[in-house]
Amino acid sequence: MELFDLLIKLALVVAVFTIALVIAMYSTYAERKVAAFLQDRLGPNRAGPYGILQPLADGGKMFMKEEIIPSKADTFLFILGPCIAMMTACMTGVVIPWGNTLIIDGKAYIMQVTDINVGILFAFAVVSIGVYGIMIGGWASNNKYSLLGAIRASSQMISYELAMGFSIIALIMTTGSLSLRDIVEQQSGFHWNFLYQPLGCLLFIICAFAETNRAPFDLPECETELVGGYHTEYSSMKLGFYLFAEYINMFISAAIISALFFGGYNFPFLDKIDAPHNVITLIGTAIFFAKIIFFIFFFMWVRWTLPRFRYDQLMHLGWYVLLPISILNVLVTGAVTLFRNGQFHF
Amino acid sequence: MLLSMPVDYLPIAMMFVVAIGFVLGTMVATHYLGPKRKSVKKLDTFECGIEVQGNARIPFSIKYFLVAILFVLFDVEVIFMYPWAVNFKSLGMYGFVEMLIFMSILLIGYFYIRKKGGFKWE
Repeated sequence: MELFDLLIKLALVVAVFTIALVIAMYSTYAERKVAAFLQDRLGPNRAGPYGILQPLADGGKMFMKEEIIPSKADTFLFILGPCIAMMTACMTGVVIPWGNTLIIDGKAYIMQVTDINVGILFAFAVVSIGVYGIMIGGWASNNKYSLLGAIRASSQMISYELAMGFSIIALIMTTGSLSLRDIVEQQSGFHWNFLYQPLGCLLFIICAFAETNRAPFDLPECETELVGGYHTEYSSMKLGFYLFAEYINMFISAAIISALFFGGYNFPFLDKIDAPHNVITLIGTAIFFAKIIFFIFFFMWVRWTLPRFRYDQLMHLGWYVLLPISILNVLVTGAVTLFRNGQFHF
Repeated sequence: MLLSMPVDYLPIAMMFVVAIGFVLGTMVATHYLGPKRKSVKKLDTFECGIEVQGNARIPFSIKYFLVAILFVLFDVEVIFMYPWAVNFKSLGMYGFVEMLIFMSILLIGYFYIRKKGGFKWE
């Protein structure tokens, strides 16, 4: 790799990082506006026109607040928890293909930080480490609410990870690749995977809600029972990191859902457009972001529509319903794929 | 793109450095920016305003432990299935039947736990 390539990669890394942060910031604003819209209120409207500067004001406030570490807490782990949550949230963006190739000086550069052949596995590995952030923070607080919230969060996340894993396996059986770029490229035009894997897609979206601790699965921070859940004792930017990490995770989940099941940067009639390659690439990227924003809106829509589950209902859904259905989905996908390829014989 | 070079992982290291820089920078900045007016009551554990009873280093329900163990069992199976899923089309019927046998053993375990009430939360 030459120096120029390295610089391009570095620019992409910084761009992805910044975009993730900005989208996460404005998701907090969008969440409140969407909530206000769904509940017939106005929402934030004081900071700037239509409250557009609200996220900046909130960020500034978070920075200037007093940093409180409870005297009974384990100081090192208390600080480590939110750091891990934030780190893992930022790391997943590297494997997502944000667009096709850009041709500069006759050389093609992919609009993706890195295209590794274990893309999905990397994303899930990093997401799984995020559980440690919540678990460590909740335990280190030495507060009963935090402890309960943390235990709930971790057992919820690991329960739904199984169904998620199986729904991914059904998808990989049809694509034959773990690289996210390969999967997106196979969906060119309108061959989007949700048409071939409708059940897998539904399972994946449900599990994504549970993995990001979003309503109706937001029991870890269920304020009616647990005050603030695992971040009860947190203040200042440490609290900010937990909230931020949740919104970045939501953004990344929306990106992975669109890339895996809704065609990523592909759109119908892509090959009908008569335009230079780079222009089409940029249109594709814009389409990809439109899909992501739609899914972020979908996350919010669901949050303000559905009531929260009870804990036993949550576990029941994960282990009794989603897990068997996802295993069945793998088997049916396997049988149908073999049948269509004419390999179904003994 | 079936083969990845070690150099493909370099951008991940870059991202790691950028992220850790941001996290550490923010942590240090907020440490110096905020006011510092500590008091004994303020640093006490929050318990809805009443006196703190004991601490949170208490035993919790064994159910959570059971879920963790079951997760490890099933997740290892899922990991075994990834290489199989990637090569599914080339393995054909033979690979499918082999995986059916593997999965039925897994499902026997699943139904055993289910009958034992391992997933019951009352």
